[in-house]
Amino acid sequence: MNPVSTASVLAATTAAQRAELIIFVILAPVSVLTALGMVLNRNAVYSALLLVVNFFCLAVFYVLLQAQFLAVVQVIVYAGAIMVLFLFVLMLLGISNEDVLKETIRGQRPVAAVLVALLLAGVVWALFTKPFSGAGVDLNRVANGDNVRAIGQLLFTRYVFAFETTGLLLVVAAVGALVLGKRRRP
Amino acid sequence: MKVAPSWYLVLSALLFTIGVAGVLIRRNAIVVFMCVELMLNAVNLSFIAFSKLNGDLNGQVLSFFVMVVAAAEVVVGLGILVAIFRKRSSTSVDDVNLLKG
Repeated sequence: MNPVSTASVLAATTAAQRAELIIFVILAPVSVLTALGMVLNRNAVYSALLLVVNFFCLAVFYVLLQAQFLAVVQVIVYAGAIMVLFLFVLMLLGISNEDVLKETIRGQRPVAAVLVALLLAGVVWALFTKPFSGAGVDLNRVANGDNVRAIGQLLFTRYVFAFETTGLLLVVAAVGALVLGKRRRP
Repeated sequence: MKVAPSWYLVLSALLFTIGVAGVLIRRNAIVVFMCVELMLNAVNLSFIAFSKLNGDLNGQVLSFFVMVVAAAEVVVGLGILVAIFRKRSSTSVDDVNLLKG
């Protein structure tokens, strides 16, 4: 094997890893901050827009984790369709600037804070006691360099029944939304 | 130093927790829905991180199914919200109290 090409391959992988590190270090705080802003913002439209930014960050993470097909689906379905639906409903119902800090149930906030802290501690504890410390497998090699084809083959062989059922689910959801949105004329 | 899949798992735990906090704190039903979407996305991220960790594409397929179900859920949920808004002219979850004893 040519030592020069091996060295250049090594340099390329480390460059890719460095790029992944830089992208992760920039985008992970962005995703957490946009999620926090989404929760804490009193204007629902700003919340929706921050959530769109968060979804784009997640799409970049999917690319970094070698889930190229899902990254595209994330942008088209979530950032495109679902958030447009949210904004349509916000536009339809009008925006009310609720007071985020006002409690209607007394003592709800402290209880919620304790429960959330417990949940986070539990999940992180589970992550650190279980050895999830592998470096990861090159999924492009697993998928023979074609992520879309590999996922399509799985969908139409092993998961074909679940896939057909999701078609039924989407039809039921569409009909249900139609029935819910219909105005009954007297 | 390289990014290990476990970093994504910790990030996913953080995002999920923020989503839970939003569901517990916020009263605007639309924002509560957005927090549910955030939680679903956090779980998707951990599915995909596990898929990378184990070198197994089944996690990505499962994540795809989560996205489909989330789309259906949003459609029906927003339909319910619009129907409630017609009756009560409010999107606050505190105003939906017909079953209150």
